[in-house]
Amino acid sequence: MSDIEERVKKIVVEHLGVEEAKIQSDSKFIDDLGADSLDTVELVMAFEEEFGCEIPDDAAEKIVTLKDAVTYLSTNSN
Amino acid sequence: MRRVVVTGLGTINPLGNTVESSWSSLINSNSGISKITNFEVDNYSCKIAGSIDDSYINDEIVNSREQRKIDRFITLGLIAANEAIIDSGFTLDDQSSFRSGVMVGSGIGGLDTIYKNSSILDNQGIRKISPFFIPSSLINLLSGHISIKYNLKGPNSSPVTACATGTHAIGDSFTIIKNDKADLMVCGGAEAAICPLGISGFSAARALCDTFNDYPEKGSRPWDKDRSGFVMGEGAGVLVLEELENAKKRNAKIYGEVKGYGMSGDAYHITKPSEDGNGGFRAMEMALKESDLNSEDIGYVNAHGTSTQVGDTIELSAVEKLLGSNKNLFMSSNKSAIGHLLGAAGAVEAVFSLKSMQTKILPPTLNLDNPDTKSKINLIPHESISKPVKNIISNSFGFGGTNASLVFGL
Repeated sequence: MSDIEERVKKIVVEHLGVEEAKIQSDSKFIDDLGADSLDTVELVMAFEEEFGCEIPDDAAEKIVTLKDAVTYLSTNSN
Repeated sequence: MRRVVVTGLGTINPLGNTVESSWSSLINSNSGISKITNFEVDNYSCKIAGSIDDSYINDEIVNSREQRKIDRFITLGLIAANEAIIDSGFTLDDQSSFRSGVMVGSGIGGLDTIYKNSSILDNQGIRKISPFFIPSSLINLLSGHISIKYNLKGPNSSPVTACATGTHAIGDSFTIIKNDKADLMVCGGAEAAICPLGISGFSAARALCDTFNDYPEKGSRPWDKDRSGFVMGEGAGVLVLEELENAKKRNAKIYGEVKGYGMSGDAYHITKPSEDGNGGFRAMEMALKESDLNSEDIGYVNAHGTSTQVGDTIELSAVEKLLGSNKNLFMSSNKSAIGHLLGAAGAVEAVFSLKSMQTKILPPTLNLDNPDTKSKINLIPHESISKPVKNIISNSFGFGGTNASLVFGL
């Protein structure tokens, strides 16, 4: 598991209160991990904080799984 | 005519996180007032409050992840609501859920959350504002959360009448059931304003006690000549009200009946009560009239009694004017022990009023060493007394000149 994936997973565990073992790479935050739309806004804010970057709204809308977040942050984080 | 009874009680307050623990503490003359420790108070003129230690907040009722998304007043309200609903033991089906509502208010709501997000906006910018900021702070979100958690689809609202909120919530819920718009209401108030902005704001209005910082438990002293303002408390009180036949049908435990509700406005001053006590008098008079009782029928007044200079005297004279012919009247202030819970005060005091009738014990007014006015009314100084009472008036008066009174009876 990459360092980025590990950090993303940690944030998801903290914010959504799900067990780490239940999070798969293609788990959807809303459909599979019990997040609501406000949770996903907060998740994106936490990613920005952790990775020191700004995620524009149109990119944030496309981050629906753990894998989406890892892919985006791998190319866009500082 | 539809009658309304109380079938469930719940509270978390500076004396305990359940009805039984806090009631037991109250009648044993314990004080819930202590030095403020959750923020630095060196520069504050008032350094004391009735705070609830975080260890008393049950994570099993509202887990810590949920608590992060809601202001503390909502957490406290949910804890009290949970106790009242379990105590009441009602169950809902699809139909009865539409006939069961929620009305739990707050005087100020998410003040500390608003303060913190305001600082974030100024110091870190727009993108750092939490998406949960608004739903965490709005007062009626407490009623919203309770309705979602317990599937209550009837009337849903939250009064905001400063220190009279809890009493208005119970009275308005009583009226809703009486008028056949619901069969059951979860109602009350919650407050969590012991934060830098809350303490500094009330201090600036010269409303808080600032002369007992070294002796916190002595600070709240209604009717005593050394009183210097109220001591802020935090917490929540929730009642389950039910239409009498509905409650009987399911063999519910009945604490007592809501017999009357009165309201009035002073039309006088934004923070001071009208000097002749006319507003409070008319609220009590209206409640007594609806209850169809006489002044002799009232055994105890659960006073607003905040420990402010003018307020205490004015309330006492209004009670004397309305109930003065009653030679056997008792009155005390729960705020002497728990402080002033603002929008939750009337609701917690309603819980204690019902416990007074149930246990036949009237709680004391702590620190009443030297009453500054002579009265024939027994203000129950220092220690509780055993006394069966059939009917109680509970008063709440708020900034803006808003007054509310309830009559509870057995």
